[in-house]
Amino acid sequence: MKPQAFDYARPESAEEAVSLLAEAGDDARILAGGQSLMAVLNLRLAQPSVLIDVSRVPDLNYVKNDGKHLAVGAAATQGNVEWRPELAREVPLLAQAFPHISHFQIRNRGTVCGSIAHADPSAELPLALLALGGQVVLRSRHGRRVVDADDFFQGMLMTARAGDELVEEVRYPLARSDERYAFEEFSGRHGDFAVCAVAAVVAPDGIRLAVGGVSDRPRLQHFGQLAGADLDGAINDFAWELGAKDDHHASAKFRRQLVRHLGRTAIERARAQEST
Amino acid sequence: MEMKHPQAAPSDSARVEPGSETPFLGRPMQRIEDVSLLTGRGQYGDDVGVKPGTLYAAIVRSPHAHARIRSIDSARAASVAGVRAVLTGADLAAWSKPFVVGVKAQMEMWALALDKVRYVGEPVAVVVADNRYLAEDGADLLVVDYEQLEPVATIDDAILDDAPVLHEAVGSNVVSDRTFRYGDPETAFAQADKTVELTVRYPRNSCTPIECAVVIADWLGEEEGYDVASNFMGPFSLHTVMALALRVPGHKLRHRYFRDSGGSFGVKHAVFQYAVLMCLASRKAGAPVKWTEDRLEHLAGLTSATNRLSTIRAAVQNDGRITALAYDQLDDCGGYLRAPEPATFYRMHGVLTGAYAIPNLAVRNRVVLTNKTPAGLVRGFGGPQVYIALERLMQRIAVELDLDPLEVYRRNFISADAFPYRAAAGALIDSGNYQRALELLHEEGGAAELYRRRAAARAEGRLYGIGFAAIVEPSISNMGYITTVLPKELRAKAGPKNGAIASATVGIDPLGGINVVIASAPAGQGHRTVCSQVVADVFGVQPDQIAVNVEFDTQKDAWSVAAGNYSSRFAGAVAGTVHLAAVQLRDKLARIAAPQLDCAAADIVFKGGKVFAPASPDKSLPFLRMAASPHWAPALLPDGVTPGLRETAFWTAESLGAPDEQDRVNTSAAYGFAFDMCGVEIDRNTGRVTIDKYVTTHDAGKILNPALADGQIRGAFAQGLGAALMEEFRYGDDGSFQSGTFADYLVPTTCEVPEPHIIHLETPSPFTPLGAKGLGEGNNMSTPPCIANAVADALGVKDFTLPLTPSKVMDLIGIDEAPPSKASTFKAEPAPVVAVAGAAVPGGAAAEVKPSKGGKALAARGEVVLDAPPQAVFDVLLDPSALVQVIPGCNALEPAGENRYKADVTVGVGLIKARYQAEVALSELDPPRSLRLAGAGLSSVGSARGSGLVTLEAQGGGTLLRYDYSAEVSGKVAAVGSRMLEGAAKIVLNQLFEQLGKTAAARGKPGKTRDGVEIGNLADGATGTHHAASASEAPKPGLWRRLLALMGVKS
Repeated sequence: MKPQAFDYARPESAEEAVSLLAEAGDDARILAGGQSLMAVLNLRLAQPSVLIDVSRVPDLNYVKNDGKHLAVGAAATQGNVEWRPELAREVPLLAQAFPHISHFQIRNRGTVCGSIAHADPSAELPLALLALGGQVVLRSRHGRRVVDADDFFQGMLMTARAGDELVEEVRYPLARSDERYAFEEFSGRHGDFAVCAVAAVVAPDGIRLAVGGVSDRPRLQHFGQLAGADLDGAINDFAWELGAKDDHHASAKFRRQLVRHLGRTAIERARAQEST
Repeated sequence: MEMKHPQAAPSDSARVEPGSETPFLGRPMQRIEDVSLLTGRGQYGDDVGVKPGTLYAAIVRSPHAHARIRSIDSARAASVAGVRAVLTGADLAAWSKPFVVGVKAQMEMWALALDKVRYVGEPVAVVVADNRYLAEDGADLLVVDYEQLEPVATIDDAILDDAPVLHEAVGSNVVSDRTFRYGDPETAFAQADKTVELTVRYPRNSCTPIECAVVIADWLGEEEGYDVASNFMGPFSLHTVMALALRVPGHKLRHRYFRDSGGSFGVKHAVFQYAVLMCLASRKAGAPVKWTEDRLEHLAGLTSATNRLSTIRAAVQNDGRITALAYDQLDDCGGYLRAPEPATFYRMHGVLTGAYAIPNLAVRNRVVLTNKTPAGLVRGFGGPQVYIALERLMQRIAVELDLDPLEVYRRNFISADAFPYRAAAGALIDSGNYQRALELLHEEGGAAELYRRRAAARAEGRLYGIGFAAIVEPSISNMGYITTVLPKELRAKAGPKNGAIASATVGIDPLGGINVVIASAPAGQGHRTVCSQVVADVFGVQPDQIAVNVEFDTQKDAWSVAAGNYSSRFAGAVAGTVHLAAVQLRDKLARIAAPQLDCAAADIVFKGGKVFAPASPDKSLPFLRMAASPHWAPALLPDGVTPGLRETAFWTAESLGAPDEQDRVNTSAAYGFAFDMCGVEIDRNTGRVTIDKYVTTHDAGKILNPALADGQIRGAFAQGLGAALMEEFRYGDDGSFQSGTFADYLVPTTCEVPEPHIIHLETPSPFTPLGAKGLGEGNNMSTPPCIANAVADALGVKDFTLPLTPSKVMDLIGIDEAPPSKASTFKAEPAPVVAVAGAAVPGGAAAEVKPSKGGKALAARGEVVLDAPPQAVFDVLLDPSALVQVIPGCNALEPAGENRYKADVTVGVGLIKARYQAEVALSELDPPRSLRLAGAGLSSVGSARGSGLVTLEAQGGGTLLRYDYSAEVSGKVAAVGSRMLEGAAKIVLNQLFEQLGKTAAARGKPGKTRDGVEIGNLADGATGTHHAASASEAPKPGLWRRLLALMGVKS
């Protein structure tokens, strides 16, 4: 469990990072918190020629409230976001999701942008980003583009990011006074990958439910103003449409059961909250 | 700590007399080991310094469950700068021979695979280099040419008449089949009011130490042999197995143990195989070689608890009294029967009737080999497999007779006045008071309250159950028990084996300090602490005046075959022997002191740092001065007293004889007892089992250190909980190992383990020096059936398997699920292609992947619409220059026969990337309607093969392509990425058909751009059906082009 030899570059700025990325080509990998990448390297499931370490790039190390979003730079750790005293007011869904993300030691190293870029289908941060309709800022030597979460996650570990692009920033929309949020997760043990995780947003224009851990990427469904048995039926349809598969941790049927149960629980919990 | 019901033990000269002063023994002393461990000064195996010039090893392991090795090419591996040697099977015959086996069978196991591999993770070669990084670089470049054979993945498959045979020379996968009969079971069953029967399975699991295996081996030349340090912890009977395998006498195999251990739980016995392997690697390299096992190697390749299939029957009377038991047991010992297997069966043999007075017993034991990692010692060894059957059966008896389970226990327990009790199969159960333990469950465990909680929960409609388990916990294994596997004639030929010799040495230095050496190889239990307590009491000094050395060295220390740290032998055997050695030395000191104190030696007391005769306390001598003086003035020793202050004691339990003519065997010297009760609640929405209350009652005789005892119980309880609810080594039907990380093999953490309520009673053993018995394995045996019984009670179910994961429990509860509504976009996966397409598909089974029996192989079916006619699509598949573009990540393709190619393929999913040397074959050609596309590849991260039938049907101007694919992935990728395999397969298929359509369209309709071809996202939902995009749903531009660029395919 030792990686193959690789070059290591530690740029001083985001500009230098994307420049290095453009030069190194497809064999480069961005290293931020390393909580997924290092395990993959040690198992030799990837053999990048160069690691570009952005963890100490000052202009990427930020978490800022720009009035519309909570914008998280590529060097900011999950802990940097989690421990914001204002988080529960700014992005309450994230505040609920963080305790489910592995363990605090890992959140203190792992980055938000890294989790988004990795796009593990069970990960909580992509799920929350999708549920809230957030955005991903991709930067290359040629400039920046902003991709909606809905377009960004494309399959298991597959995203809209091109090989020369850095996930520079992730934008979580701030809480709206007329929306309420709830996050629920079921995993084998505390801190494990979600067998099923759901994020519910109850808004004036209807209910949104995002599900992780079941399909090959987080998936979002709008339920409009459905309620009661109609809502249950629609959630059941959604559970089927996610295309759950059997694996060693859970059967497809069990995953559908969790989508229904956690989905209903989250929506009820969101509805029961006081509006802010 | 509760001290209940002490019994006076028979006394002898070395016993701690009842009422004698033991200021330290029996007290919850703090561990003397912890200061160095907690301040970073521990010396674990990997911390130990090595000789200059030491090289580092990486092991090349089989990605296949069952395959023949055609050839091994180590040239490229050896050419890596810094790689110093490559050891392969071809080197072994010159320096070694197969490990000896416990049964009469022509089963050869060498330190490396020679002609065949028989489990995923089996060592095939060792690459030795200047450091581990370079060694792994070399290992990645070693080329092994395998011919895959049909694997045998389960017990059920292994015993079939037409099963593939793992060891051709044996001729069968059943390497031992023994039946035993005690009393008159046939009559008891014939006369029984009722027969209760149950079939149960115990899964493959382990107890996973934080520290994995470490071996430092040094070939010193013909004269001196091998010097090896490792965390192999015994039984040291295996030292003999190692020496024989290395073809050296015992004195030319020096084995040393490290000072500290990051845990063993039995599993480190299997390090012996790797100690031999690294000795050979050192010999090949001409330098010392160090190997540190990584977690993947540990989980995949070291060892596992034996999985068992048991059918158990009880003859019962209507009042619940059991008159006979019958076991039919099949043990899966993996690809090889590795010593000390089949000990999983025979450790428990004498006590198969458990805690019950059952005179009649019938047993059939079959040892089966399958393509899995060799099984071996795992904490509880043999116990969990027996008790999941026996204790589940006790619950079934209560259910079927409509009795309270506690009544069934009460009516069957061996009575308190019957000890020592000879069980049907020969165990001489030394002491106990099971009825008292039952009373304590009421008095202190709150049984009545638990019953009330269950009634209240059920009244509210909640799922609540209560379970019990009573287990007899053997400790101090009889070295002869394994010979029970042999018929008595063969036993007689082999010569008697019995006993369980322990040894300890106690010495005094010239300043009066005391040192203790034990042949025990502890794994973190606190042996140094307890030994210092024992010795401090004997000499009347403080524990910190005593140094205890556990760096067991086979060349310097006193030891015998039973040495080591296993079968819970420390408290009963080793600590007792330390006591004996200390008493021997104290008696010598007393003889020396007697003239000075002017009294008889027998009158002298060692207490409070002083040596004196109670009759004249004013004449006392300071211990340090008195104990040091014989070093300085040997001429003053009294007549008959030899110089030297160092005594070694050996001890064995006299009750441990060899198996007798009737196959009765006293398998262990001491037998503790645990009686557990738990209440569980089950979430009917998620299947999660939550422990409401867990009570565990233990009788391990004299408790030497209550704090350490409770620590042992808590640890075993956590592992038992894991076995009940989470832990399992999972294998695919193809024998691929799929639990290679701690995200796949779930071990309970502190968040999942409640605090058990521990109750003690102490019924001292008459057979051990201190009256102590082992207690560290009890909950590994009792907790899985206790929780299983509670779940059975909560759900009213009979048949299920461990671990009781939420998904499985939810299946037991039953999921009431509505199908998707008509409005849903959900579509079930299309039926198999042949049926749907109705196309003429050539017969014959060209598929290289058999349809999976359990449906666990990766399978995909689907349809895509390609914007080119069938003939164009077909032509692409038959044209190598086009095929190279179609196969995802194909770097090069060269013909290797008709419609067969060798390909160099890079498979990439997200940040994961692996380069496979592959073979691609097209068969069952029926142009332009259908063909079979098959591929098989091997990379440094494992093997993959897949085969799919592709049918083409004209649709409009294009083609409706249907595929029906199955694939198998084995080796490292499957071991660590089972969660991801399904998604990864989809992505690769996606890439394949995307490119196929694109290439065909480009040929069939010159000028058509790639964007004219749409491929649905196969990963999108379960439908797998995709159609050409209408003008309004433009495909996502550039995505696939970018992905393919990432894969190295330029479009």
